[in-house]
Amino acid sequence: MFTSFFYTLRKYKVPVSITEWMALIGALDQGYAWSNLTDFYFLARSLLVKSETFYDQYDLAFQEVFKGIKTPPEIRDEVLEWLKNPLNQLPFSPEELARIQQMDVEEILRLFEERLREQQGAHHGGNKWIGTGGTSPFGNSGYHPGGMRVGGESRYRSAAKIAAERRFKNYRSDLSLDVRQIKVALKKLRHLSRIGPEDELDLENTVDKTSKNAGDLELVWMRSRQNAAKLLLLMDVGGSMDLHITVCSRLFSAANSTAHFKDLQYYYFHNCIYDKLYKDVERWESIATSSVLHTLPSDYKVIIVGDASMATSELIARYGSIHYHDQNETPGIEWLKRLSDHFTHCIWINPDNPSYWKHPTVSAIKHLFPMYALTVEGIEQAVHKLVVKH
Amino acid sequence: MVKIPEFNKFVGTNKYIVSPALQNAVNVAIALGRPLLVKGEPGTGKTLLAHNIALGLNKKLILWNIKSTTKARDGLYFYDTVQRLNDARFGDRNISDIQQYIKLGKLGESFIAPEQGVLLIDEVDKADIEFPNDLLNELDEMSFYIPETRKTITAQQRPIVIITSNSEKELPDAFLRRCVFHYIEFPDSEMMEQIVRVHFPAIEKNLLKEVLKQFYFLRQIDEFRKKPSTSELLDWVQALIAGGVSPGKVEKEISFLGVLLKKEADVEYFQARSSGTQGARYKFYKQY
Repeated sequence: MFTSFFYTLRKYKVPVSITEWMALIGALDQGYAWSNLTDFYFLARSLLVKSETFYDQYDLAFQEVFKGIKTPPEIRDEVLEWLKNPLNQLPFSPEELARIQQMDVEEILRLFEERLREQQGAHHGGNKWIGTGGTSPFGNSGYHPGGMRVGGESRYRSAAKIAAERRFKNYRSDLSLDVRQIKVALKKLRHLSRIGPEDELDLENTVDKTSKNAGDLELVWMRSRQNAAKLLLLMDVGGSMDLHITVCSRLFSAANSTAHFKDLQYYYFHNCIYDKLYKDVERWESIATSSVLHTLPSDYKVIIVGDASMATSELIARYGSIHYHDQNETPGIEWLKRLSDHFTHCIWINPDNPSYWKHPTVSAIKHLFPMYALTVEGIEQAVHKLVVKH
Repeated sequence: MVKIPEFNKFVGTNKYIVSPALQNAVNVAIALGRPLLVKGEPGTGKTLLAHNIALGLNKKLILWNIKSTTKARDGLYFYDTVQRLNDARFGDRNISDIQQYIKLGKLGESFIAPEQGVLLIDEVDKADIEFPNDLLNELDEMSFYIPETRKTITAQQRPIVIITSNSEKELPDAFLRRCVFHYIEFPDSEMMEQIVRVHFPAIEKNLLKEVLKQFYFLRQIDEFRKKPSTSELLDWVQALIAGGVSPGKVEKEISFLGVLLKKEADVEYFQARSSGTQGARYKFYKQY
């Protein structure tokens, strides 16, 4: 039952597993969310979707599978008030069941309108009027398989409407990029290794050494944890990057405000890395690239952010830089090679859509550095690559 | 015959407004006996939720605040080896009785409680990445074994487990699979109005309207390092009421900005934005 829902969710890349699905079926079997679609919407969402980044895809899948469901017509508030008391269900004999199931939808709608006009007061447990716990074809919490449910949704908006609102579109990790999401992705760089002063008692070894010492207390100290990640961020501030200024500045502010790096260094370049790196966006203060290569040890993690698109000559020709004052003797690609040789972990983040990566300079750079897109997923993969050894 | 089980136990308390979705999630978790994992922006009331569940269902609350140094075993029990070592060397207690050096952790406490209680595991993502996985078995079986005393502690009844996370780390899949998940969205204007009214029942309608307008205006500025959250709003309302600020003044400018924006960079940014050309533009666009 509902198996198409399971497969539709997977089609929309919501990672639902069989265990979770079985939990849902188990809950339905026990009788939960039986009476209305909104309850089912929330029940399924809380059991199947384990991250808010998938809420939007869940909404889309839900709409696709359940879009044909009719919601009940607008009812007067008084009727809804009466219908708020769920009572226990009533059993039927097979003959009554057969008779009831023969009633046709059109007839029911017509009867409903009639009753609505005639009904004078609240009603529960009968078989003609609109009410709860009865066997008439109208109402809720009663038993009439061919009938029409009225109300039961006054406190929530209907599930179909909720799903259609798509309130969680901004939480998707493959579309938008927000500072906090980038921060979370960059936090993965927090791999902790033990360095720093030895000021924590190493209990295990203390006990070990003490027992080996025939009971005379001997204390062993160890270093408490400290973050060892060091980051070098190189950002392209050339003309073609103007389109991506907002997103890149978010990346930058996320990196800057994450207080988890032992050291964060950042420089700017234009289109490609040549002899000089710039300390500021306007490119007035510069530092020689070779000095950066000499001063920073190779365990710095390097993230280069740029669109890697330029004229081929800018990349591979001597004096290829388009700025008169740069005058690089060594071609840009040579500098990039030196960078990737010196630092053990380097990655390139490209804010352009991956469909533009067929450009010759982009492919050339892709051979040197693993390239990732500037989405949360891309950054996560990039950071994973930086943390994992080779 | 199908019996509709008693499902709608938790409906919020009079001090804590809860959305229907969250209510649903809480009830599902309780009914299915699974832990409830709650995520959301800081300041949306995740910790308060557990307090209010305990209050609303009249159960005892056990609070376990996770730190970055917390290990799974700390929640189960703690074997005070240093004390034992010390007693062995200097003290005169009977050190062969290990039981006196075993102290139960929060999870252990919730197991041995005679009635069903609420266990809040707060900010589970602060700890190591392996921490949630280490707890899995114990959460499933509701029992654990203490090798030092060779005893098994089994839960008399299943506590209601609420786990909160700030999304600092990715939680492992195996852990997520066992939980019921809910993301607490930041309250929208209507819900926020209810929340403010719960804390300030006598607040003037116009003041509340202007306050909410300014608040949500600030919230949509993405450049802030730390956007103002519910607790900051409540503090701000208190300051405004205490300072006797009129709704007209609130509409024109934001007094007591430091209550809302906690980072100096944000305050500077906002002041730069609201003065000069930017400020004029802001006033112009605000009408839309």
